[in-house]
Amino acid sequence: MTGGTPFLDGSIEVWLAIVVIGVATYGFRLSFIHLFGRIDEVPARIRRPLRYVPPAVLAALVLPNLVTVRPSVVATLADERLIAGAVAGVIAWRTEDVTATIAGGMVTLWLFRFVVFA
Amino acid sequence: MDGDLVDADLRAGVRDVSPLLLGIAPFGLVAGIAAVNAGLGLAEAVGMSVIVFAGASQLAAIELIGENAPLAVVIGTAVVINLRVVMYSASIAPHFADYGRKLRAGLAYLLTDQAYAISVAEFEENPGRSRWRYYLGAGGALWVVWQIGTVAGVVVGAGVPDAWGLTFAVPLVFLALLVPAMKDRPTTAAAVAAGAVTVVAGGLPLNLGLLTGAVSGIAVGLLTEVVGA
Repeated sequence: MTGGTPFLDGSIEVWLAIVVIGVATYGFRLSFIHLFGRIDEVPARIRRPLRYVPPAVLAALVLPNLVTVRPSVVATLADERLIAGAVAGVIAWRTEDVTATIAGGMVTLWLFRFVVFA
Repeated sequence: MDGDLVDADLRAGVRDVSPLLLGIAPFGLVAGIAAVNAGLGLAEAVGMSVIVFAGASQLAAIELIGENAPLAVVIGTAVVINLRVVMYSASIAPHFADYGRKLRAGLAYLLTDQAYAISVAEFEENPGRSRWRYYLGAGGALWVVWQIGTVAGVVVGAGVPDAWGLTFAVPLVFLALLVPAMKDRPTTAAAVAAGAVTVVAGGLPLNLGLLTGAVSGIAVGLLTEVVGA
């Protein structure tokens, strides 16, 4: 992600991805707003799994960016990203503030990258 | 259709959403920065912010594009992330039921986590409001700030050295959303399982780790709910 590698097959595929994701997302947004009147309530079969989409998806997005499994426990834990993520996690829990979480995490990352582990 | 009243409801929406704009601005900035780092241009970054207009899915798609993941995986992952919007659509639908098809179709475009949360709270507290104008004020303000943030991020992102690791702000944004999403035992179990599976499945081909982890997390959440009941 930090390498800045250009998308191999170029712009057409990027635009295709953008349009398909956009159309699907609009469909989700419109779904019940459009259907209401015909369907009174979300069936429990749909509602129950949807409840777990945010925590599951968000955790899947976060963890690989903080943790890289290395041969030793120490090498895995002594990772500036994991330390910064832990600090940011505490800030998120205490403040529920996106800006404070970003700021705390980035400052911790820089502190360990440029000072402590330098 | 008194002019002053129109403005009052719209303005109330903008006013009530402004504290949330402080959180959206850096989020949009990060989306722009991440887009540049993944090799996207300004047109693609802004095009995505206008057409998709859903932060978490945009950032995931950008990350996967930067890793040269297959198109189907980029799309599949983003679509799964945005499934949650169906819940918001269902929950806000009764409030829009009186409106015409075209207006409802337009309002749907602005449906985001923030516009939903702030509008539904207001609709229940203050039934006298013009609901669509209030929602348009809140959703429209979010839209404008999101687009400005994206453009600023593209401009800023191009000038900052890689060593600063600005794209690390992406998982930090998700972390800030994840923590409050872990409300009880099943949701926490879903998050823990999804995170663990994604890390272990990091080596899966086609960048399928994220999708595998997310689906595993949803399954574990449901299982925990059943076992705990």
